[in-house]
Amino acid sequence: MAKHVGERMKRVEDGRFLTGRGTYTDDISKPGQTYAVFVRSPHAHAKIKSVNTEPALAVEGVVAVYTGADMAADGVGGLPCGWQVIGKGGTPMIEPAHPPLATDTVRYVGDAVAVVIAETRNAAKDGAEALEVDYDVQPAVASAVKAMEKGAPQVHDEVPGNVCYDWELGDKEAVDKAIEEAHHVTTFDLVNNRLIPNAIEPRAAIGEYDPAGDNYTLTTTSQNPHVIRLLMCAFVLQIPEHKCRVVAPDVGGGFGSKIFHYAEEAVVTWAAKKAGRPVKWTSDRSEAFLTDAHGRDHVTKAQLAMDKDGKFTALKVATVANMGAYLSTFASSIPTYLYATLLAGQYTTPVIYAEVKAVFTHTTPVDAYRGAGRPEATYVVERIVEIAAREMGMDPAELRRKNFIQPDQFPYETPVALTYDTGNYQASLDRALELSDYANFEKRREESARNGKLRGVGLSCYIEACGIAPSAVAGALGARAGLYEAAEVRFAPTGTVSVFTGSHSHGQGHETTFAQLTADRLGIPVENVDIVHGDTDRIPFGMGTYGSRSLAVGGSAIVKAIDKIIVKGKKIAAHMMEENADDVDFDDGVFSVKGTNKSLTIGEVAFQAYVPHNFPHDELEPGLDESAFYDPNNFTYPAGAYVCEVEVDPDTGECHVDKFTAVDDFGNLINPMIVEGQVHGGIAQGIGQALLEGCVYSDDGQLVTGSYMDYAMPRAEHIPDYNFDFTTTPCTHNPIGAKGCGEAGAIGTPAAVINALTDALRVAGVDNIEMPATPLKIWQALNGAKQAAE
Amino acid sequence: MSHAISMTVNGRSVSATVESRTLLTEFLRDNLRLTGTHVGCDTSQCGACTVHVNGKSVKSCTMLAVQCDGAEVLTIEGLANGEDLHPMQKAFNDHHGLQCGFCTPGMVMSALEVADGNSDPSDEDIAKGLAGNYCRCTGYENIYRAVKAGAKAMGS
Ligand code: FES
Ligand code: FES
Repeated sequence: MAKHVGERMKRVEDGRFLTGRGTYTDDISKPGQTYAVFVRSPHAHAKIKSVNTEPALAVEGVVAVYTGADMAADGVGGLPCGWQVIGKGGTPMIEPAHPPLATDTVRYVGDAVAVVIAETRNAAKDGAEALEVDYDVQPAVASAVKAMEKGAPQVHDEVPGNVCYDWELGDKEAVDKAIEEAHHVTTFDLVNNRLIPNAIEPRAAIGEYDPAGDNYTLTTTSQNPHVIRLLMCAFVLQIPEHKCRVVAPDVGGGFGSKIFHYAEEAVVTWAAKKAGRPVKWTSDRSEAFLTDAHGRDHVTKAQLAMDKDGKFTALKVATVANMGAYLSTFASSIPTYLYATLLAGQYTTPVIYAEVKAVFTHTTPVDAYRGAGRPEATYVVERIVEIAAREMGMDPAELRRKNFIQPDQFPYETPVALTYDTGNYQASLDRALELSDYANFEKRREESARNGKLRGVGLSCYIEACGIAPSAVAGALGARAGLYEAAEVRFAPTGTVSVFTGSHSHGQGHETTFAQLTADRLGIPVENVDIVHGDTDRIPFGMGTYGSRSLAVGGSAIVKAIDKIIVKGKKIAAHMMEENADDVDFDDGVFSVKGTNKSLTIGEVAFQAYVPHNFPHDELEPGLDESAFYDPNNFTYPAGAYVCEVEVDPDTGECHVDKFTAVDDFGNLINPMIVEGQVHGGIAQGIGQALLEGCVYSDDGQLVTGSYMDYAMPRAEHIPDYNFDFTTTPCTHNPIGAKGCGEAGAIGTPAAVINALTDALRVAGVDNIEMPATPLKIWQALNGAKQAAE
Repeated sequence: MSHAISMTVNGRSVSATVESRTLLTEFLRDNLRLTGTHVGCDTSQCGACTVHVNGKSVKSCTMLAVQCDGAEVLTIEGLANGEDLHPMQKAFNDHHGLQCGFCTPGMVMSALEVADGNSDPSDEDIAKGLAGNYCRCTGYENIYRAVKAGAKAMGS
């Protein structure tokens, strides 16, 4: 059988997407469905004095109007947070209630107050327009740093000073001592800009209730339908989980923003029963800007200590992280366990101390966005290392090399709670320098200078902890969920295979990659494999897709189920050939008996499994259908080296990313074409963060960047020439040797771009610039420096 | 106010009565159940809704259905010939020019206009032709490749 692992196989899912036959949530219509439109607060902070639903109910076509009071009266609970962070001195984080519809107070612009349900979307909009809410507007605060100041407006009464938790990791004393004794200390203050994820498909949800069986169905734009079912049933609506089906059909991108359990999902499900009709809600883009969980938003102070040779001796980091108005599903874990644990980067820094204050503000909740914590960590480490190199007068590549964890040091235990299993950082950097022609950079810089342009080069050597998983580790760190993955592999009597996976594809191409993996392992044609995902009634209890975990964890669960299929197949084959199962081998789709020429194909065995006319039933069960849960021993650690070259036009402040070189180590690859696509997309988002994207709130909490007219994302014109390659150190603890590739680009890129940009601006006396480095900011920095010099 | 309108969509004549405020996107998606045309924004900037009206690419979220009375409309559903993909669709598959697929129908419809009379579009031609289309997944790299290959295949 032809082997497919490693092949650039074209995607099987493309056919339906290219012909307009994809089925996204908003494409689905249920018989008798109604349309929901939410009434949202225009104020960042206000008391709700009264809600008058009468004018809305009077609008023609309006079926029902519900408020927070209606939900509270039905005993509906708040949206839960899935990760408990324990702060300094064992103080647990404070978790204020998060009702799906606000009852007495609104805490950000976009906080939902009521839902209008109508026969048509337009009627629902008209009803929402007519509904009257009387607000008593209160002072608001949008910046996390300002929210910690004395006298700042309070977001929740139960959180004095607005600090959700004050957390630390590492040995403070040792770090302070090392800093004191250091030959040189580089200090760096930075802002990691707040981003709005903007998957191109806006969120949508359809709730249904069938009184015949007391069953609920929620169709939703989710990256993890089982997680939504669990959270919504157990915490919010208190309905038995087996009475609820959650379907996440084709989903148009997620990037983290579709992990979380959102209020609208619970509201449409609850309202479907209440109104006795299916209820459909589709976000428009303006609503998405206001209500999809945002990402990043850190303010950080960092210090890197070195000896005289440039060996790092300590790193100290203090971060203020904006949580927004409420704790979103995984918000608390992002600036802690997915951030501070990555501060060792690729280096042997012996002691590290991080302190993180998570702060409530009157803004949209902040949670995981592509990379989630790890881009923020990489930005701290790779910017400060670059600055240190400049201060020490060393080549930035050389300084990194000097501090890399060496290949013979793995498994490597960092001072911030992780154990890297494998890697070869030197190899990635060497390859990236070669591919990018780093040696001849100065020639290109001169060439640009002759044309009146400023050219700069920047490096970024990132590491990430992916395959978000080990349940034991996650649990010890406060996760309230397990983080394994599940799979079922089911043969049909005629030898075709359905794989049911707990992972969810919203662009990642699982229907292709998982089929390649399965076909090879079972030795069957790839077209005989179907991948099923996204429906809690069909798939085993799975945790979904985020944290670059699908192949490393979800794929490994499939492999584990296939291994069980083979064990069972051997028994059946042995029975059929009247041999001992121990003597049966399996290779490339064929069971054969050692030392004989007896053999059976897996297709023949599958058929017999379902036509067991002469099975000894006390020893052999019919059927060929196995499931498995895979819970890894460790995270995976993708790593790589990026080299970015930019050219700045000093007259306009425009920064053009000219060349971008990425050398990634994702371990073993199943479909390099798909992997490259993931990297392209991640780098584009990283360039977006560095140069274009910045969420802006006014001081009183109005979202200034609330549409595509105000929030810039990369378009086709912003894309540089790419150079790609891979180095490979297979993951040591999963059966595929894969590490995950979904987030790398977004993690490694911003530091590479800003390192290049600040390198370009250095000659003009500018040493730092905050993201997004827009032409205006660059121009102002250049001219400010010029004026200062004059 | 309602209006009786008729138009040709993907070669098929259709008639309906619509409200004045009905957008072409809504008419295609809700009335005709042609859900391949997507809605990604409310400010006419994402291009997910791109279709052709009388041979020109337009953002169907920015046109009223009544404006298309009597027009010829082509949507993503009208491109393939039975099971045979249009060369531009095939090029997107060949070059991995799509991931989640949500921007894809609009991207393909815009790409067709880039390729119209230009079998060898430059990077600039493509950047300009796709300036109104957002893709959040692919980073555009493979879309460039797909459009070039699609244009070439259409030209031959
Ligand atoms: S829906 Fe975004 S441009 Fe039409
Ligand atoms: S493929 Fe997802 S937005 Fe373009």
